[in-house]
Amino acid sequence: MSFPWANEYQPQHPLMQWLDAKLPLPRLVYNAIGAGYPVPRNLNYFWNFGVLAGVCLVIQILTGVILAMHYAGNADLAFNSTEHIMRDVNWGWMLRYMHSNGASAFFVVVYIHIFRGFFYGSYKAPREMIWLLGVVIFLLMMATAFMGYVLPWGQMSFWGAQVITGLFSAIPLVGDALHTWLLGGFAPDNAALNRFFSLHFLLPFVILGVVILHIWALHIPGSSNPTGVEVKSESDTVPFHPYYTAKDGWGLGAFLLIYCAVVFFAPNALGHPDNYIPANPMQTPAHIVPEWYFWPFYAILRAFTQNFPLLGIPAKLLGVMGMFSAILVWFFLPWLDRSPVRSGHFRPTFRKFYWLLVIDVAVLGYCGGSPAEEPFVIISQIAAIYYFLHFLVVLPIVSSIEQPEPLPFSITEAVLGSDQAASLAPAE
Amino acid sequence: MAQDAVTEAPEQGDGVRRRDFINIAAVSAAGVGAAGVLVPLISQMSPSADVLAESTTEVDIGAIKPGQAIKAMFRKQPVFIRNLTAKEQADAQAVATASLRDPQSLEDRTKPGKANWLITMGVCTHLGCVPLGSAEGEPKGEFGGYFCPCHGSQYDTAGRIRKGPAPKNLEVPEYTFTSDTVVKIG
Ligand code: HEM
Ligand code: FES
Repeated sequence: MSFPWANEYQPQHPLMQWLDAKLPLPRLVYNAIGAGYPVPRNLNYFWNFGVLAGVCLVIQILTGVILAMHYAGNADLAFNSTEHIMRDVNWGWMLRYMHSNGASAFFVVVYIHIFRGFFYGSYKAPREMIWLLGVVIFLLMMATAFMGYVLPWGQMSFWGAQVITGLFSAIPLVGDALHTWLLGGFAPDNAALNRFFSLHFLLPFVILGVVILHIWALHIPGSSNPTGVEVKSESDTVPFHPYYTAKDGWGLGAFLLIYCAVVFFAPNALGHPDNYIPANPMQTPAHIVPEWYFWPFYAILRAFTQNFPLLGIPAKLLGVMGMFSAILVWFFLPWLDRSPVRSGHFRPTFRKFYWLLVIDVAVLGYCGGSPAEEPFVIISQIAAIYYFLHFLVVLPIVSSIEQPEPLPFSITEAVLGSDQAASLAPAE
Repeated sequence: MAQDAVTEAPEQGDGVRRRDFINIAAVSAAGVGAAGVLVPLISQMSPSADVLAESTTEVDIGAIKPGQAIKAMFRKQPVFIRNLTAKEQADAQAVATASLRDPQSLEDRTKPGKANWLITMGVCTHLGCVPLGSAEGEPKGEFGGYFCPCHGSQYDTAGRIRKGPAPKNLEVPEYTFTSDTVVKIG
C-alpha cells in the first residue's frame, strides 16, 4: 500500500516503458525507496539505522564471500588459512578486518535500531509484523555471528563453540544426543567446524530474505515517526527520494567514517587476543568471553547459579532458558505494552523505565564481559531479574495506568506548530 | 465446469468420494516418502565412522606417583588420570554420599581394589571447559580435586561436583586395566 498522494512511476524512455511492461522492477524500486514512497517529514536520525543495517549486511556478504575464497574450513588448516589471509593474500588483512569489525558494526547499528523501536513504540499496531520479523533477523544474526567467530579456529573460537553448543546438553533427556549430533562428534572438531562454515555462508542470505519481508511489511503501513502520530494528509509526508536518500546518505557517510576508523586504526580493539592462539582442546583459556555483542545475554546465562528447588530444574537448564527467554520476550512486546500512545515523548512514566532498561542492559553487558566472580554474579542476578520485570510487569502496568501527555493533532502540527486541517477536523 | 460437476455430484452411500480416497492416498504416500528422505538428511550430522573409530585409547600409567595426575586424550577430549594419595581417598570417603548433588561414592567411581586410580573426563559437566587441578601448581579448588575457571565449578578428590553451576560429577569413561600399569579407555 501507499498513500493516495504517492507519486506514480512514469517512465519516459521507451526502453524503460518496455521494461516496465515486462518486468516492473524499476517501478518496485521507485515505490520502495524512490520518489513514489511518501515518508513522514519529521523522521530523526534514529530512522537512519535500518538503512545502515542493510549496508552492514551488504558489507558482510561481500567481504565474507571474498574471505571464503581464501579460507579453508578444516580443523587442520583453518587457523593457518586465516593467518594466510592476514599475511599473504593481497589486501587480505583489510578484508578480514572489515568483516570482523563489520560484524561488530552490524550489532551496534542493530542494537540502536532495536532500542529506537523500544522508545518510539515502533512495535505497536499496525507494525507488529515488522517487529516480529526483526526479532527473527536478530536471532539469525546471533547464530551467524557465533558460527563466524568459530571459523578462525583460535582458542576463543574453539572454547566459544564448546561452551555454546554445551548449552544444548542442558535440555532434559535428549540434550546429550542433541549435543553430539550438532557437533558431529563429542567435542568441537573438524565436523563441527565444517558445518559451521557451511551454515555461516548460508545464513546471511536467509537474513537477506527475511530483511526483504521486513521491508515489505514496513511498506504496508509506512514508517512511524518520532511523534508516533499516524500520517493523515499529504502535508505530513515528503517523498523518500530525494529527501531521505539524502538524509540516509549523510548518515551513511558518518557511519563509514567511524567504521573505517576502527577498521584501520583499532582493528583488534573489540577482539580477544587469545583468538590468535591456535585452538587447543586440552587447555581452556583462563577467562572465556564471547564477543561483546553477546555479553548481556551471557550475563543472564551465568546469573543462574542455583538449582530451582521447587521444580527440581537444574541451574544449567535455567540459565539456558533465561538466556533464550531474554530475546523471546521481545516477540510478545506488542501485546505487553498496551498503551495506545506509541512515542516515549508523550509517555512520562514509560520514558523513565525505558532509560532504566537501557542502564540495566548496559550493566548486564558489563557483567557478561567480566569474570564469573563476585560482585559481578550478584549484580547480574539483580539486573537479570529487573530485565524480565521490565517486560513482564512494568510495561503492562505502566501502560494501563499512565496518563500520557497531549499528542499533536498531526505530524504537520508537530513540525510547523499548526495544521490547517486541525481547525476543520472535529476534535479527537 | 466439468470439474465442478464431478466434485459437486453427491456420491451414493456414506458420502466418501473416490476423489477423497485418491487425495489421501497420494498425500500420504508423498508424506511417507518425504519423511524417509529426512532420515539421511538428519543422520549425516551424527558422528561419522572415523570419528567413532577414535574411541579407544591406551595409556601407560606406571609413572604416575600418588598425588600426581596426567591429562590424556580420548575422543579428542582430555581425560584426567589421577593417582590419589591415601589422604585424598580418605577425604572423599568421609563425605556422606547422600548429601551430594550427584550422589556417588569413591567406590562407585573407581574399579574394585583400585580406589587410588581416579579416571574421569577432563570436561566440566557445566558447559565443557577443562577444569584445572591435574597439573602441578594448578588450583585444585576448595575440595582439593578440580576447579573449573569458566564459571567456578568445584570438584572434590573423587571428581564429584561440590559447588558451582555444574549439575553432575565429572564423567567416568568406560575403561579397563589391561595390566597393572596400562588402562584402555573406551
Ligand atoms: C550476517 C552477516 C555476517 C556476520 C554477522 C558475520 C560474522 C562473522 C564473524 C564475527 C566472523 C569472525 C571474524 C574474525 O574473527 O575474523 C566471521 C568470519 C568469517 N565469515 Fe562471516 N559474517 C557474516 C556474513 C558472512 C558471509 C555472507 C560470508 C560468506 C559467504 C562469510 C564468511 C566468513 C568467513 C570465510 C569467515 C572466516 C574468516 C575470518 O575469520 O576472517 N560471512 N564472520
Ligand atoms: S564450564 Fe565449568 S563451570 Fe561452566
